[in-house]
Amino acid sequence: MDYTIVVAIELLRAVAGLVLISTGLAIIFGMMRVINIAHGEFMMLGGYTVVLSAKAGVNIWIAMLVLAPLTVGLFGVLVERLIIRHLYGRIIDTLLATWGLSLFLIGFVAVVFGNKLEGVATPFSGIAIGEYSVAAYTIFLIGAALAFVASIYLALKYSKAGLIARATMQNPEMVEALGVNSKLVFMTTFGVGAAFSGLAGALLAPISGVIPGMGVNFIGPAFITVVTGGSSIIAGTLSASGLLGSISQSTAFLAGPVYGDAMLFFAALVLLRLLPQGITGRLFTRSL
Amino acid sequence: MNSKMTRRTLLGQAAATGAIGSLPTMSMAATSDKIRVGGLHDLSGFLDFLGVPMNKMLLLAIEEVNAAGGLLGKELEPVIYDPQTNMSLYSQFATQLSLKDRAAVAIGGITSASRETIRPILHRYNVPYFYNTLYEGGVCDRNTVALGTTPAQTVEKLVPYTMKLWGKKVYTLAADYNYGHITAAWVKRFVEENGGEVVETDYFPLDVTNFGPTISKIQSAKPDMIMSVLVGSGHLGFYNQWAAAGMKNEIPIASTTFGGGGAEIEIIKPEVANGIVSSYGYYPSIDTPANRALVEKVKARYPTDTPLLTELSVLTYESLLIWASAVREAGSLDQAKILEVLEAGQTYDLPSGQVTIDPLTHHAVRDVYIADLQDKSFIIKEKYSQVQPSDTQLVCNLQEDPTANVQHEISLN
Repeated sequence: MDYTIVVAIELLRAVAGLVLISTGLAIIFGMMRVINIAHGEFMMLGGYTVVLSAKAGVNIWIAMLVLAPLTVGLFGVLVERLIIRHLYGRIIDTLLATWGLSLFLIGFVAVVFGNKLEGVATPFSGIAIGEYSVAAYTIFLIGAALAFVASIYLALKYSKAGLIARATMQNPEMVEALGVNSKLVFMTTFGVGAAFSGLAGALLAPISGVIPGMGVNFIGPAFITVVTGGSSIIAGTLSASGLLGSISQSTAFLAGPVYGDAMLFFAALVLLRLLPQGITGRLFTRSL
Repeated sequence: MNSKMTRRTLLGQAAATGAIGSLPTMSMAATSDKIRVGGLHDLSGFLDFLGVPMNKMLLLAIEEVNAAGGLLGKELEPVIYDPQTNMSLYSQFATQLSLKDRAAVAIGGITSASRETIRPILHRYNVPYFYNTLYEGGVCDRNTVALGTTPAQTVEKLVPYTMKLWGKKVYTLAADYNYGHITAAWVKRFVEENGGEVVETDYFPLDVTNFGPTISKIQSAKPDMIMSVLVGSGHLGFYNQWAAAGMKNEIPIASTTFGGGGAEIEIIKPEVANGIVSSYGYYPSIDTPANRALVEKVKARYPTDTPLLTELSVLTYESLLIWASAVREAGSLDQAKILEVLEAGQTYDLPSGQVTIDPLTHHAVRDVYIADLQDKSFIIKEKYSQVQPSDTQLVCNLQEDPTANVQHEISLN
């Protein structure tokens, strides 16, 4: 029984992990159709923000929950102004530009901070579940993933800014005609997407540590999740994370982590063969 | 594809030029007043945290030999390349060292992949080669001297020591490539020889960062100890997650890899890393006059950015001293004469302890230590003198087959 609970928590953790790493990308790629290859590096910058601020004596929660999304969000705005805004609608060009950005960021951070792993201590200790114990931080990550999804849902569904953002992504000319500065909306949306990526990197920093090349480990699963999810941000991210996360993690429990990773990609392959437009291209088509 | 072709063509041209120009170059080398020492360490890229200290220690050794009057009346000149963790650069620079620079010796290579890239090249051009990383064993090549420890040297001591301390049920976590598999096989053999049992061995690709499922599995298997053969920065997450799950004081950890590169003890906080028991051929805390002197010398030479003293970096330093002593004794830079001296079975007194080159395998017979990590320093618990590289000795006999030029897979099954 205890073991079942532990396995269930680990499954949820895997799902939450995918939600965390793919939300920022879902906003930038899913909503704005910008293929952001530098997504992993946005996460890396978030991780570095936490490690460096913690070293400078900043409270870890402030560093993680405030400074990291703020820094990376502002950086995202800068990137949008300098690079991305010239490339809207040119989807392949965004891929090349952000790939270049990704290589630059890895190199730059390696030169400035050194090509070595940095870490912060994981907050909280363990919680006992019968004879087992799990890290309380795992539970916190699951909660954070829920908060990610809830905040985006509420913002898009109930706030005026969310409504304008959705409308702008669908038809910028019409929105302009209604007196909205669509450039500002694009810029802000990109910044928000970057902020979520930075926050995700910050939240994962205590368990995995940060290194300039860490983004490479996240970019694959993040893209697979967003593509498998399809066009709606929330339903897509949730359904794809839930499916892929639980399949890969159960495989990891049964057969070891090598097969868990392989299974994630295999499941995505089968899903995309059956649902080429992603899960929400066929199911829950009207959801957010 | 295109750029690769170009690079290959270029390389071919470089080699051809070298061959055509070999006569004049050779006579130049003979009359030139400097002896070139080649250094091939990753000074940038993912392994620079290992390569930079190794390179610094190589330079320190070269400076020392020069300060003592050089070799054969000539000064040593370091020729340093940065292969950037890139195998095609490794092969390019090894060729360049052999043909263009006419290096008298080559020192370097960090991963087994980089060693296997440059070793055949240096073998072909008869440039004596020293490889100084701990590795899975099995290299059989008369032109190569491997000074690092192999699993049979460290695991053979670490397993009985920790089993006596903690118990007989062992859970192994290993990196999913040949070093991890071979070391895990040795762990299993030594655990069974000592009357214990390996309850499970889990392998992890290098990019795995989430160890949640494994930690739950370990908790349900209830081993007496964990043997960690985890490698690289991704795997360091295990230690944090293990402590975060509250397991730190429940099940102890021994490791063949933790602290080997030195950087781990800076990254993983003492409250997580304290108590990890490891085994290497060198620790900075070795309490001998030779090692204390080395620690002081390194601090004096590199007052800022002091290189971490680890098996890798200190053995790199020692490799140059061993080569220099062989050159002095041979009275020549000739490969054949130097190899004869190295094979004579002389014992060298070095900071890492006593080192003898095993003439059958060209691996080091060396002192091996076991240490307990406490607050970022290794407290040496045990020293074993003159441990043989018995794994490589199973598969390699250079006196019967002096032309061997391979790395054997050491299979224990």
